[in-house]
Amino acid sequence: MNALLLANETAASAGWMLRNAWIIPFIPAMSFLLILLIGKRTPGKGHWIGIAAVSAAFVLSAIAGVQWIQHVNDAHHASGSEEQALSVGGGTLAAKTESPTAGAAPAEGESAAAEEEHVAVAPVRNSVTWYENEGTNVKVGTLVDGLSVMMLVVVTLISLLVHIYSTDYVHGDRRYTHYFAFLSLFTASMLTLVIAENTLMLLCAWELVGVCSFALIGHWWEEQPNSDAALKAFLTNRVGDMGLIIGVTILYFAAGKSFDIVKINEMANSGEIRQFLLLVASCCLIAAVASKSGQFILHTWLPDAMAGPTPVSALIHAATMVVAGVFMVARLYSVFFHGLTIPGSSINLLALVGAVTLIGGALLAFVQNDIKKVLAYSTISQLGYMVMALGVGAWTAAVFHLFTHAFFKACLFLGAGSVSHACHHSFDMKAEMGGLRKIMPRTFWTFVIATGALIGIFPLAGFWSKDEILAGTGGWPDTHGTGTYYAMLIMGMLGAALTAAYMTRVIYLTFFGQYRGHSHPHENGPRITIPLIILAVFAVGAGFLNLPPGVFGAGDAHHPTGWQERFGHYVEPVGKYFPDVVHATPSYLLAIVSSAIGLAGVAAAYAYYRKVETRSRAEGRKLTELPDGITTRSKPAKAFHTLLVNKYYLDHLYNNVIVAGIKGPIARAAYWFNQHGIDASVNAVGKGSVIGGKFLYTYFDQKVVDGAVNASGTLSSGVGEELRHIQTGKVQQYALLLFGGTTVLAGIFLILLTT
Amino acid sequence: MDFLETWGISIAVFVPVIGALVVMLIPKSWGEDLYKQVALAVSLVSGGFGIAMLVNFNFDDTGRLQYLVDKKWIEAISSRYIVGLDGISLPLFLLTLLIVPLCIIYSWNHFPEPHNPKALLALILLLETGMLGSFVAQDLILFFVFFEVVLLPMFFMIAVWGGEKRQYASLKFFLFTLFGSALMILSFLAMFFLADPHTFDMRALPTALQGVALSTQVLIFLGMLIGLGIKVPMFPFHTWLPDAHTQAPTVGSVILAAVLLKLGTYGFVRIAIPILPAAAVKVAPLIGVLAVIGIIYGALGCLAQTDMKRLIAFSSVAHMGFVMLGISTLTQFGINAAIFGMVAHGLITGMLFFIAGSVKERYHTLEISKLGGLLLDAPKMGWLLGLCVMASLGLPGLAGFWGEFPAILSSYSPAHGLNVELYRIFMVISALGTVLAAGYLLWLLQRVAFGPSKSHGDGHEQIHDMHVSEGLAWAPLIALIVALGVYPGIMFKSTDAAVAKSLAACLVDDKGPTCPELADMLHAERGK
Repeated sequence: MNALLLANETAASAGWMLRNAWIIPFIPAMSFLLILLIGKRTPGKGHWIGIAAVSAAFVLSAIAGVQWIQHVNDAHHASGSEEQALSVGGGTLAAKTESPTAGAAPAEGESAAAEEEHVAVAPVRNSVTWYENEGTNVKVGTLVDGLSVMMLVVVTLISLLVHIYSTDYVHGDRRYTHYFAFLSLFTASMLTLVIAENTLMLLCAWELVGVCSFALIGHWWEEQPNSDAALKAFLTNRVGDMGLIIGVTILYFAAGKSFDIVKINEMANSGEIRQFLLLVASCCLIAAVASKSGQFILHTWLPDAMAGPTPVSALIHAATMVVAGVFMVARLYSVFFHGLTIPGSSINLLALVGAVTLIGGALLAFVQNDIKKVLAYSTISQLGYMVMALGVGAWTAAVFHLFTHAFFKACLFLGAGSVSHACHHSFDMKAEMGGLRKIMPRTFWTFVIATGALIGIFPLAGFWSKDEILAGTGGWPDTHGTGTYYAMLIMGMLGAALTAAYMTRVIYLTFFGQYRGHSHPHENGPRITIPLIILAVFAVGAGFLNLPPGVFGAGDAHHPTGWQERFGHYVEPVGKYFPDVVHATPSYLLAIVSSAIGLAGVAAAYAYYRKVETRSRAEGRKLTELPDGITTRSKPAKAFHTLLVNKYYLDHLYNNVIVAGIKGPIARAAYWFNQHGIDASVNAVGKGSVIGGKFLYTYFDQKVVDGAVNASGTLSSGVGEELRHIQTGKVQQYALLLFGGTTVLAGIFLILLTT
Repeated sequence: MDFLETWGISIAVFVPVIGALVVMLIPKSWGEDLYKQVALAVSLVSGGFGIAMLVNFNFDDTGRLQYLVDKKWIEAISSRYIVGLDGISLPLFLLTLLIVPLCIIYSWNHFPEPHNPKALLALILLLETGMLGSFVAQDLILFFVFFEVVLLPMFFMIAVWGGEKRQYASLKFFLFTLFGSALMILSFLAMFFLADPHTFDMRALPTALQGVALSTQVLIFLGMLIGLGIKVPMFPFHTWLPDAHTQAPTVGSVILAAVLLKLGTYGFVRIAIPILPAAAVKVAPLIGVLAVIGIIYGALGCLAQTDMKRLIAFSSVAHMGFVMLGISTLTQFGINAAIFGMVAHGLITGMLFFIAGSVKERYHTLEISKLGGLLLDAPKMGWLLGLCVMASLGLPGLAGFWGEFPAILSSYSPAHGLNVELYRIFMVISALGTVLAAGYLLWLLQRVAFGPSKSHGDGHEQIHDMHVSEGLAWAPLIALIVALGVYPGIMFKSTDAAVAKSLAACLVDDKGPTCPELADMLHAERGK
């Protein structure tokens, strides 16, 4: 009771921005309307409105971030725990206070005060009634905690950089204004999603980001492939949405008719919802995750989505929207945690989906010649890491990887866009690129840094987050994870090697060797390169926000110091709405081994492509003409290569079997049945009743009867002309007759009933 | 205020029919514009009364019939003139009052062949009286009369101003509905004679019929099921709809989709379920089955279409399936969703038919394979089509979502006495329907709006984007689609208490049925 009171008080005393977080998505939403209405008449044709709105949203998100840090610190002070003086993000100094406030009992009785992790920090909530139905009050509101604040900052920051980048990249586009309008709408929807207070709002925002994705993938809808890709994305997501709708429904009733996310989580934790229901709900929601976050087997839309403009790919299909699925799992984590019985286990659906995606996506990346598609498969693979991490109970690792990935993947995509912008808008690495290292140094270096981060080279961002995931599987000796997921550890390590190899391939084909295209590439202007540099800085630095305990300083698992575990400390929820995850102990040996594996992947790929490229130059043949050595020599390898080139035949299955089947034979059969089954019998009944009707409707207008006869058999043309001159006025007569007739029928009916 | 209380509904209902007479009496020599002005003015007067009643409507007491009038009518058969508005009828009443003037505005400068605006306008006004009357009538005979008044104008509208196969379509529509009406009046009369005391008063019937055997009730309910189901249209009584829609002139299609179909679903919510609650529980699974078949079947039918208008028509079968699914759950939530779905479908599909009509006018075809590039030829229309397609497939933030999602949600947990497992199967199948809906609608959008323009180079005139009259007619619909989507509370506030009251006769809170008869029935079931 005390704890609850405390929670409410702290919520009330939370920063203004945290309580009024709705303003953050509201600004870009207004910007969307404004750009649509007056965008074309403004200087720059609308981008200034978008940039201003997103900048404002970013600043407010940053304020919310600072206030959240204060909020967490306040909660710790209030609980009287030992609090270190912290310096975070360049200057928020939390002074050490000794005064325990009255009634500041820790949430859990046992030894909570000693461990900072156990101090409950209430999320800041603010909601109003949306509508009432059947006595259920459905709210619209905000739920702000570390996770939301982190997402707010990431989404607004990347969106802002993408806005700036786009002013150059899509300069002069036919639908420049609309492009920016939809960027704004997307930002607004995504921001709504991350602060959604209940699952219904989450569902709404979820679908809205889907629509923005549809509109932006199909931005150049004049060409059929683009609109096909847009449709595919939308429809695939709809398949997953089915799961989301059902999952949300199950949880709504399970939680006693409530969409409230906190309540659902709390009830899942306290065991008030049956485990079976949680399991079914989790499985349904996993379908939604699979479609939105590109997990097997619903990932196929994501590579096709590269048909959209590249900045959109960076923003939507790499850094932000596609992590909505991961976010949703993180948000409703108690449901998955208990539903899939993650703790103490060694396999579950979520972890398996993630692990399969991680390997399956990485393998596909090897056979792509389109640089964006490689990055798309890489995104799929990295999302697989996050989902797998959530599946093994490494919540913070997953969210931290989401955070770091957003920066380096956005950087990679924007880098690919920069390359393409310079090379005739082609994305073909083999035919149109090569040797760009010296021509585009800024693009090259930022791309290399981001690649390093993606591969997980020490000390770049991806190193820390990926290593945390591997440790989080609990498969490595003495890591003590939430469970012991050996298979996931192995898949994760294998994935690291594959990632390293395919990214090396990209770098080699794009930047090394000799230029193979026919244009005159050049480095791009500042509006493109500055966002790249900023993102590269984050790709270097973001990892330091969550150093494992004991690294670069004293501290241990229970008492991290300095920068250790700052991210986890502020982002991971502590309270009754979050399950008891176990934090794995990091292992130096694991970090060394996984880095070695990654570097081995780099070395192998570098050696291979250097050989191939040198040979192609020596033989004077194009890179695309060169047969890949091993796939011609070995049959299994060739078969595997064919399998990969055909993307495991999933597209074939979906397009040619399922979609074509439903659209073709099944729909036609249904329609045939409609026309020749139901309708024919209707016509037959019509003919029959015309015969009866002659008798029953003798008094009724002769012309109508004629019409009935004619219509059911031969259509005579005269009737129509006559009908055109008929005036109304037969209503009473007709009603009377009908009435009389049916009275007789009713009489018979009644006699039948009473006897 | 007293004037509005006692005369408001009657004036709103009967002004259009007077207007129709006036329009008929205006000599041709006075010019065509006069008909239009009179017709529009009449429908706006009616609408003005509607707005006045909306403003004075007591939203804290939506379960009560407001503006109630109860007068002698046909004493010989104990039928009374009882009209009133509660939270269920209000949205549909207002929808009708909105759609009619918009149809008149839309047709201002382009009346369909064979022109003759005088007759068409008179029919529209007559139709308006019938539709409005159906939504306010609280006496079965009165309801039936209004219900039938609707039939003839629509028949002539299709038969005279329709497309090539208008005779077939109009007669099919007419006979089908007539057949349904016969069954419906049969049920009404059965109820009358079985009621104790004999009455047609909808308010009194639930209690007056309590003594009737359940099997009899079920029979009567089935009669209404077919009668009303044809109007909805429910699978397998839907085949008149695609023909009627395809052949009807644009305004005919719009009125048909936006209002006429709702007469059927409204009948379930207003008459069948509250009066025969125990039978409703028995028949609901059947309604549910037909509803989900309709959802999937309608969607498959859409996928097989090559004509834009016919596709939209078929989509009505699927959408009304969601409405019927909501109704079949017999829960407050489900029926709220159903009413929302009715209004949303009215706005959205009405809009889609408007756009289809305008497309036809410009391209002289609705064959999907011959269309393309609408976004290039007429960007505004293209965008509106996109918006309506999104609304129709149930995108959150637009009206369609609130008819669809709550219907699916409510079928997870239907009323007591219904088979939960069966309804969960309904839920999954209907969720699948949302995927198919996205399929056929986006496919339509892609082929009509995207791609290069197909109008150039083959002798077509320059395609004109939205006309002023179109803009005027569409703006309120679009505004409502968005407004209801963003703030569904407006509708739920109106319907919630009224639905609760109409279900109160039988239902069924968490503690079990509140109606003794139903309790007995369920008890007997358990005993078996």
